[in-house]
Amino acid sequence: MARSFITALRALPVWLYVVLLYGFIFLPVGVLVLFSFQESRLPIPPFNGPSLRWYEAVFADARLMAALGNSIAVALTSSLAAVVLGFLAAYSLARHRLPGAALLQGFLTAPLTVSYLIIAMGLLITFNQLGVPKSLLTVGIGHVVINLPLCFAILYSQMGAHQANIERAARDLGAREWQVLGLVTVPMLWPALFASFFLSVTFSWDEFIIAFMVSRFDVTLPVEIWSMLRTGLNPKTNAIGSFVFLISIATVLVLDLVVFRSRKA
Amino acid sequence: MSTPAVEFRNIAMRFGEKVALQDIDLSIEEGSFVVLLGPSGGGKTTLLNILGGFLQPSAGQVLIDGRDVTQVAPARRPTTTVFQDYALFPHMSIAANVGFGLRMRGVPKAQRVPRVEKALEMVGLGHTALRRIHELSGGQRQRIALARALVVEPSVLLLDEPLGALDMKLRRQMQEELKAIQKRVGTTFVHVTHDQEEAMAIGDVIVVMNDGSIEDRGTPERIYLQPASRFAANFMGENNLIEGQATRSEGSCVAVTTPIGDFTVPGTAHNGARVALSLRPEHLHPDAGQGRVSLGQGSVIEAGFFGTHHQCTVTLDTLDAPLKLRLPQKRLVQVGETLALHADPADMVLLTR
Repeated sequence: MARSFITALRALPVWLYVVLLYGFIFLPVGVLVLFSFQESRLPIPPFNGPSLRWYEAVFADARLMAALGNSIAVALTSSLAAVVLGFLAAYSLARHRLPGAALLQGFLTAPLTVSYLIIAMGLLITFNQLGVPKSLLTVGIGHVVINLPLCFAILYSQMGAHQANIERAARDLGAREWQVLGLVTVPMLWPALFASFFLSVTFSWDEFIIAFMVSRFDVTLPVEIWSMLRTGLNPKTNAIGSFVFLISIATVLVLDLVVFRSRKA
Repeated sequence: MSTPAVEFRNIAMRFGEKVALQDIDLSIEEGSFVVLLGPSGGGKTTLLNILGGFLQPSAGQVLIDGRDVTQVAPARRPTTTVFQDYALFPHMSIAANVGFGLRMRGVPKAQRVPRVEKALEMVGLGHTALRRIHELSGGQRQRIALARALVVEPSVLLLDEPLGALDMKLRRQMQEELKAIQKRVGTTFVHVTHDQEEAMAIGDVIVVMNDGSIEDRGTPERIYLQPASRFAANFMGENNLIEGQATRSEGSCVAVTTPIGDFTVPGTAHNGARVALSLRPEHLHPDAGQGRVSLGQGSVIEAGFFGTHHQCTVTLDTLDAPLKLRLPQKRLVQVGETLALHADPADMVLLTR
């Protein structure tokens, strides 16, 4: 009895550390979510909820809802484009001997190392030079720029010699090139394709700097939230922030369930 | 004579500077089980890839059933392959894997199902059709790969070291099964391996390859008992090669002078030519007998019991390289023991290459 008490005592610092660590990471989010249920006009203690009035306000706000729709549209289409382009680039580099392949691969993954701010400035200058008006399209293009290298890297890593041999087997059994791609390569890489798509969606969903710099009248949700914050804190910003967080978590969960469960299977 | 199933005409293959194959002329009879045997880098897999259409030869022609297929893509050749890593489709059921080739050939589903079932039964896995690949053991995957390749009824089945990943016992069992299945379906099998025991166990014909050329081809018995070159003599089973010089020809025999004596053996060689005599370990005896001549005394430096025999290594004062020999199961032998060595010149094989 005394012995188990001592063991428990010894484990105490470990638990303390765990609590502090997770507290450090999740406390801000927890506070954000908690005060989104605040009854009064200020998201500061004391908490006097719970109330759903700010959520009601969020869903009644036409500008926020428009921004939400824009965010979803940009996330889905830019991620789809990034996955398709990343797949094609990975397939060509993994399956064909190209001149300067190492250089091409380097250029494809290089944007991963560049800060979003620099990418955003580069895009802004380029769009200005080309006379492309700032819009959701330019935001989407920006998100393809940041997500394409990621999709490429994930998919390229899944196209090893073993996969190449499986494609060879399909050809050997009479499959034409489009059948190899459609019946073997893509289905075989399905988990990786799915993972890169959902990661791209979460990155695009959260992205602020590029979306802020290359958009104008139609904006995405993070940009709309930023303009709300300029007028000061209120529980409505907490509510929409919690909502954004919820969507991110849901996406990651879907990714985890679909991809990792199919890996195990 | 009927058209050979496969004919290689003057095939050469170069990868940049490196010559992988040269002057390959080989014809393979329909319905035979041919084994391409050789060390890694010997060119056997390259030749198989040329036959499957995965590589274009730098020169020469490939004919299958008399038709020139040198320029034909793998998908349109009457060949299928069992790959070393099986290369099964991980996202498909077993039935879908086996039926893939038929589907690509436009066989309607109603006809595919019974053919897939038949192929699965042939490899003894009739009950697994709906399972997925990852539920199978290595040996079972091997069989699925075989069923998948055979169900489309290819003219030639290519096997690229298919048993390499299996453990010894399973490998022996699969060898027997492969042989039995080949006899049953009557398809021409071309099998690549570096395991000479496997080659002898399953091949009707063995083609010994080294350094991009064919060293020898023939039945396992012929290659083992009458190898055509030093390489073939050494690669197929344990052997002793005794270097010597041809001194004169006597009809269909040649007298050869070696450090362990002069022998007259069947064959032809120019006078003065450097030749070698192949003398299998089981043809060296510790006692004199009919037809045997003495090779001198040797001292045992290594001895091991192999169940059916004792294998020893013996050094002779007259010879640089030690000799390997086999002693009967019940003849006890110790390291350091001196043995008198005898052999029948009729067991020696003259090697001029």
